[in-house]
Amino acid sequence: MSRTMFEKIWSRHVVAEGPGGQSLLYVDRHLLHEGATHAFARLEKQGRGVRRPEACVATADHYVPTGPGAEPIADPEVRRMVDDLERHTGRLGVTFFGRGEPRQGIVHVIGPEQGVTQPGIVLVCGDSHTATHGAFGALAFGIGSTEVEHVLATQCLWQRKPRVMRITVTGARPPGVMAKDVILAIVARIGAGGGVGHALEYAGPTIRAMSMEERMTVCNMSIEAGARAGMVAPDETTWAYLEGRPFAPRGEAWDRALAHWRTLPSDPDAVFDREVTLDAAEVAPTVTWGTSPQDALPITARVPDPAAVGDPARRASMERALAYMGLTAGAPLAGTPVSRVFIGSCTNSRLEDLRAAAAIARGRRATVPAWVVPGSGLVKRAAEAEGLHRVFADAGFEWREPGCSMCVGINGDTAAAGERVASTSNRNFEGRQGQGARTHLMSPPMAAAAAITGRLTDVRTLG
Amino acid sequence: MQPFTRLTAVAAPMDLPNIDTDRIIPARFLRRPRESGVGPLLFHDVRFDATGGERADFVLNRPAYREARVLVTAENFGCGSSREMAVWALVDHGIRVVIGPSFGDIFFENCFKNGLLAIVVPGETASDLRSALAARPGMTLTVDLEAQTIAGGASAPIRFEVDAFRKHVLLTGRDELALTLEHLPAIEAFEARRRVEMPWLG
Repeated sequence: MSRTMFEKIWSRHVVAEGPGGQSLLYVDRHLLHEGATHAFARLEKQGRGVRRPEACVATADHYVPTGPGAEPIADPEVRRMVDDLERHTGRLGVTFFGRGEPRQGIVHVIGPEQGVTQPGIVLVCGDSHTATHGAFGALAFGIGSTEVEHVLATQCLWQRKPRVMRITVTGARPPGVMAKDVILAIVARIGAGGGVGHALEYAGPTIRAMSMEERMTVCNMSIEAGARAGMVAPDETTWAYLEGRPFAPRGEAWDRALAHWRTLPSDPDAVFDREVTLDAAEVAPTVTWGTSPQDALPITARVPDPAAVGDPARRASMERALAYMGLTAGAPLAGTPVSRVFIGSCTNSRLEDLRAAAAIARGRRATVPAWVVPGSGLVKRAAEAEGLHRVFADAGFEWREPGCSMCVGINGDTAAAGERVASTSNRNFEGRQGQGARTHLMSPPMAAAAAITGRLTDVRTLG
Repeated sequence: MQPFTRLTAVAAPMDLPNIDTDRIIPARFLRRPRESGVGPLLFHDVRFDATGGERADFVLNRPAYREARVLVTAENFGCGSSREMAVWALVDHGIRVVIGPSFGDIFFENCFKNGLLAIVVPGETASDLRSALAARPGMTLTVDLEAQTIAGGASAPIRFEVDAFRKHVLLTGRDELALTLEHLPAIEAFEARRRVEMPWLG
């Protein structure tokens, strides 16, 4: 019988069937960050241990400062989150990449970078952007704190099987159109709730032609369309990326793993619960105008007019978003002044992202404060080996230390109320980048272009 | 976990779709332990103004809805971040039931881990309920988990679906972890088989 990739991975991980259609699913790899300290503390209190410490990898990303140099953490509450993670992982024998260690970085950057993320596995993390790892043909999804505790104690999780939606992307991406533009277009197409209850499989020639880093950018934002998991079938691009990474299998084990991985892609006649198609040739460099990632439009568009919308709930929601964002219906998006620029996050902080932003920054000068926050110590090191840090510095961009930084603002890296941020992150929610801060999501080259002109800018016009 | 069986309480309508967990609890509060009191932080930045005063127009600040223990929401409530503190803030504020056409998947799971009953009803049902609650501020709803019904106002009780596993855990307040450990032999057998079939995973 024909099966989807999702079905193949799911069925292979069912430990037991429970009542009400719930399955006890085995978890191969568990990534952890400072948010896990709540779960660790509860386990400690109950005197419970970790079932398989060797299946866990932890790093400090959400709370670490990203200012240049190894500044101490001033805020005692923030410092406690980082210190507690180090203490618990040390006590339990869990691999931990802490501050100052080059392998430290954003959990969704370092998992793939270290080869922890592999095809065919079930991978979880207490973070909604865990779908990033689905780029390798893994079933990867975000979980809550109680679920983190449950996985630590049992290596399993009760789950109800989601439906599967295939999103087929065809057509060549026009110049200036990045993976970020493709996923923003997908989120706009199916809506912020369109993927609720689904795992997404991204397919089609445009996805196949993408690098691993681009596939990660696409899968990363699955949750912005409501889907917990997003995945891409593994192929030659995947093997080439994985081979030789520290946690990847080697020698005979590699051959054996590879033979299994080749069986993972969905069968040609597999049936999906829902099918969506997108022509990448019709996608333009995209920015968001509102307070949901679904509020995305080509940079050439105008701010939409709520009055033109029939559904009263949708109209009210748009009016609120425009008031929060300080935008006027009908005004062109391009030319909107920005206060600052953030290039980073688990969506867009990998080496290719930094190269693409540097290509725009090179030989130009930022006119507003602009931060570049590499996704990991190793990304930072690789970028510096290519001289990207000097390109950014010469252009007046600030080159910072790895972490989640202004994507989530949890470490104190925030924008002020009323400030407008051109950001390569994944969420433009009210208050996401600081109370009252206004976020426009876009690709790294678009963010770099905004830094140069101080306005939302069609990167294609910079030449 | 506090079990949930049946509740009659004031219900409050929240009409905006896509209310994300950042709005339910801003990220800057996530470093605090739950014991420090997260209920007062619920919807912080839309519930309070810059000086810490209540915003009169926020639904839970209006006199009729102050005692609300049920929320009736629009599409995709609880989307975004996986932060479980969003559910802790709701529960610690006193909310025991959320009713809506759809919820963020991770938020939905988190609800059931914390004794918060999340009920999915058709969009029209949710919208009718919100209209009724807006028309009669302070109106109560009775939510009966055993019978799987929502009753209140003039209309006939609404029947809702909940999967048997979640229902059992909520009704009994049972620790899910203890339940899983009953499957320990199956977990061990799975691990033994996996070591043979996928030895590269360790």
